[in-house]
Amino acid sequence: MSGAGFAAPHVDYAAVAPIIALTVGLVVILMSGVFETTKRWAPGLAVMTLAATAGLLLWHWNDQIDLIAGALRVDNLAISISLIAIASAFTTILLSIRERAAEEAGQGEYYALLIGSVLGMVLLSEAENLVTFFVAIETLSIPLYILCATNLRREGSLESGLKYLIVGSLGSATLLYGMAFIYGGTGSTDFAGIAHGIQANGMLHDPLILIGIALAAVGLAFKTSIAPFHQWTPDVYQGAPTPITNFMAVATKAAAFAVFVRFFIVALGPETGDWQLGLAILAAISIVVGNVGALGQDSLKRLLGYSGVAQAGYMLGGIVVASEKGLSALVFYLAAYLFMNLAAFAVVVARERETPYGDDIRGVRGLMAERPALAWPLTISMLALAGLPATAGFIGKLYLIEALVEGSYTWLAVFIAVGTMISLAYYLRVVAAMWMTPGESAPGLAATGVGGPGTAPVISGASPEADPVDPEAGRRWYLLAPAVIAAGATIFLGVIPQPLVDFATHAGSSLF
Amino acid sequence: MINALLWVPLAFGFVGLFLPKRAVGWWATAGATVTLVIGVIMAFGFDNGAAGLQDTVHTSWISGLGVDYSLGLDGLNLFLVLLTGLLWLGGIAFAAFREKDRPQLFFFLMLAAETGTLGSFLSQDLLLFVLFFDLMLVPFYFLFGAWGIDRTAEGGPTAPRATLKMMIYTLIGSLLMLVGAIATAIISAHGGHLTFSIEAIQQQGVPVGSQRWIFWFFAAAFLVKMPAFLVHGWMPDTYRAAPLSTLVVFSGVLAKVGAYGFLKIVLPLFPQATSQFQTVLLLLALGSILYGSVMAFTQTNLRLIAGYSSVAQLGFITIGIFTLRADGSDGAILQMVNHGLVVGAIFIIIAILVERSGTEDLRAMGGMAMRAPVFAALFLIVTMATLAMPGSANFIGEFYILNGLFQSKIVFAFIAISAVALAAYYALRLYIGTMHNRRPDGILSREISLRDGIVLAPLVLCILALALYPQLILHRADPSVQRSVAAATGGESAPSSPSSSEEELAVNK
Repeated sequence: MSGAGFAAPHVDYAAVAPIIALTVGLVVILMSGVFETTKRWAPGLAVMTLAATAGLLLWHWNDQIDLIAGALRVDNLAISISLIAIASAFTTILLSIRERAAEEAGQGEYYALLIGSVLGMVLLSEAENLVTFFVAIETLSIPLYILCATNLRREGSLESGLKYLIVGSLGSATLLYGMAFIYGGTGSTDFAGIAHGIQANGMLHDPLILIGIALAAVGLAFKTSIAPFHQWTPDVYQGAPTPITNFMAVATKAAAFAVFVRFFIVALGPETGDWQLGLAILAAISIVVGNVGALGQDSLKRLLGYSGVAQAGYMLGGIVVASEKGLSALVFYLAAYLFMNLAAFAVVVARERETPYGDDIRGVRGLMAERPALAWPLTISMLALAGLPATAGFIGKLYLIEALVEGSYTWLAVFIAVGTMISLAYYLRVVAAMWMTPGESAPGLAATGVGGPGTAPVISGASPEADPVDPEAGRRWYLLAPAVIAAGATIFLGVIPQPLVDFATHAGSSLF
Repeated sequence: MINALLWVPLAFGFVGLFLPKRAVGWWATAGATVTLVIGVIMAFGFDNGAAGLQDTVHTSWISGLGVDYSLGLDGLNLFLVLLTGLLWLGGIAFAAFREKDRPQLFFFLMLAAETGTLGSFLSQDLLLFVLFFDLMLVPFYFLFGAWGIDRTAEGGPTAPRATLKMMIYTLIGSLLMLVGAIATAIISAHGGHLTFSIEAIQQQGVPVGSQRWIFWFFAAAFLVKMPAFLVHGWMPDTYRAAPLSTLVVFSGVLAKVGAYGFLKIVLPLFPQATSQFQTVLLLLALGSILYGSVMAFTQTNLRLIAGYSSVAQLGFITIGIFTLRADGSDGAILQMVNHGLVVGAIFIIIAILVERSGTEDLRAMGGMAMRAPVFAALFLIVTMATLAMPGSANFIGEFYILNGLFQSKIVFAFIAISAVALAAYYALRLYIGTMHNRRPDGILSREISLRDGIVLAPLVLCILALALYPQLILHRADPSVQRSVAAATGGESAPSSPSSSEEELAVNK
């Protein structure tokens, strides 16, 4: 109150609490990894951190708080996306139990990195300033580069980490370059300030801003794996340890979409008409490329990677229309996507550990007869991703299409319909493998030398080192429970979607 | 009551998943019986004269998206619901008598499909209709794929491949229909309150310009489902792959959902587009009739003969609807039920024939009637009904349809009338080829077993009952049909004349 000198901005510690919780948890988990005795607490600590963060976030539900001089903003959009990321991280922890990657990377480090990435996601979903935006996206990405490579004994994992690092850095650099242009054009790093600057000059008249926006959009498209900037996705998804793939598929996408929305709707809100068509074209390309690319993939993780590209195209439709309904549809779809993907990935993890086929589609042949408890979740997941009725996927598509038609983008809705039709061919191929093909017979295994000690069968599409480590994996609660619960939730939300619709409507209303 | 009708099959199917193998067939039969009984009770409580909905249920389902859970019974769907109950009972009972791999799943899927089909008939909310329309297909994907027949030895596709083709074909249509349905609701709301209620949309009206493209989105879904000429590509492979007991319901009921959709949704909601594209649809339907008939009397596989005859019959039904006259549409409804009964019975007969002879090839069959007079008699009745022998309900249905067509598009009528002769040829060819002629070696001529008789006899009885008293359906359907057709013709529809046509009929006889 002396009136002299530097006045630190006011910080609302209550609203920053989730971020503080994550940071503290991160440090504690990292320290726990130092001692042999405390090492095994790491997963438990990580779960506690996530639970505390989720609780603190929910505390601010329906609040709208600008934090730290407008660098961050806590609102329902940020909270709902953060919750999706946290839920995804939680399931990743379950899937990582007895995962070789987690053991090889050192328990403490593995979970600390995971929490670090979640921290980046929470920050990103709240970012309202180019600087926090960039810092958050790097906080999110750097732990993931390492996590992808944690399965040290597998060449594919290392390759995946390196590839992700190079491509991700390129994306980040592009984004940063774009941000510089935008700052140059509008004189502000603040989203609201950018909006002001754009309103004054017009987006299309200033080449500086136009280039900046285009580069930033490309950078964001890298992160959300939207075609034609998706090439890394299938490779990285396939090579990374499957629990981490599960995490990247949902949480990264959710967080990147959150900032995508905020950047385009808040910062570029005044010039909606100028960027809508561009994004719509990106979405259409993504739908076609993803769905066509997934055809004929034998590796389930690659298949889910391409399917993720297509799904990102569908979700981008929610941003294209720049309406409250579009945003709600996006949040709904992301939440549904969490469950649909989890059910699939939990089964893939189980089969990777049970069979010598890794994530190859052969690993799920005859699953309906062999392990119905795994086959049902994967079936439901595939049907939901394909958007068949009585699943959350159908309601999600319905929501998106409704938003698109209302926003006069019916042609994009038709693209979604056509893309869905193509997607049936590969989703149902997985279903057919489970239901309509006999399981890989025991003689086949003997011929490839499985069962003999220490032999590693070489199978195309699967990593050669992917030998079964746990023949009973499909009965373990930490794999079975996520699969069954996620599948149950997928059906439940397809039949009684109202709670999730309300949740999404709240999230959607925070920007409009 | 209507909720029970819809969900009882699924509930039975779900419980059946946990029953032992031996019991589940009977349990499923019981479930189908309960469903049929509920349907019959509701039919008795049905108020004949009313055009509006009865037994309605209406609650909000997804309020943010304007989707309601809204069911109801009217003259259009009443008998289709009963047909569904009856054929499912037949198909399930027929399957229950036979050994099956993984029977719990089989019957669960059958019953789930029944719920899906009933749902699409009962829905009064456009989106709910689309949802059930897609949903009813999913169980069949599994049924055909997992219990189907591999045709690779004959140069055909494997069962999963054949069903995948079916799924892609049919979902092209229904996904476009989803977009179309949403567009219909949004456009008709004019920025106001969004609702998918079919009645509300009809009152609000859809602008003519939008009607034109939305019409085709819906037509695509319905025509593929039937299947109609040009979009029937999935039909032969699917029919050859499918287990026969599922074909009883698939061919008997699912094809009708397409025709029903035209009457229930397209005519009332897109009236101008309907009258604009009337000729195109009539041409397609004529194509179906001619192509289906010609294929039916050149094919030698029994399933395909029945499948292509369905194409032709569905063409006839489509013509009835697109006469845009009440008598034509009355006939179409009657014919939907008739054809469902007939084709259901035919597939059961084919299943029995195939079991006796071990082949599906017409050329390798014959002489089956020698020691099986009862079976032959039942088959003969069904055959006579198929070829629309005067005195059968099919004759009356076709008469109504042709009567409507003569009065609206006389040129088409002259071609369509040839279909009646063509039907006689393929129906008799099927009968004679299997039952008469010399009996080749290795073919068992044995009387129909009591078990199969119990399944087949009720269907034949229903065919006979309708032949004696088709008014049962016509009277109940007419008020609702009038409403649908009046909407499409802007209310200037010629007064329908069930009674006057009846007199003409009497004269004709």
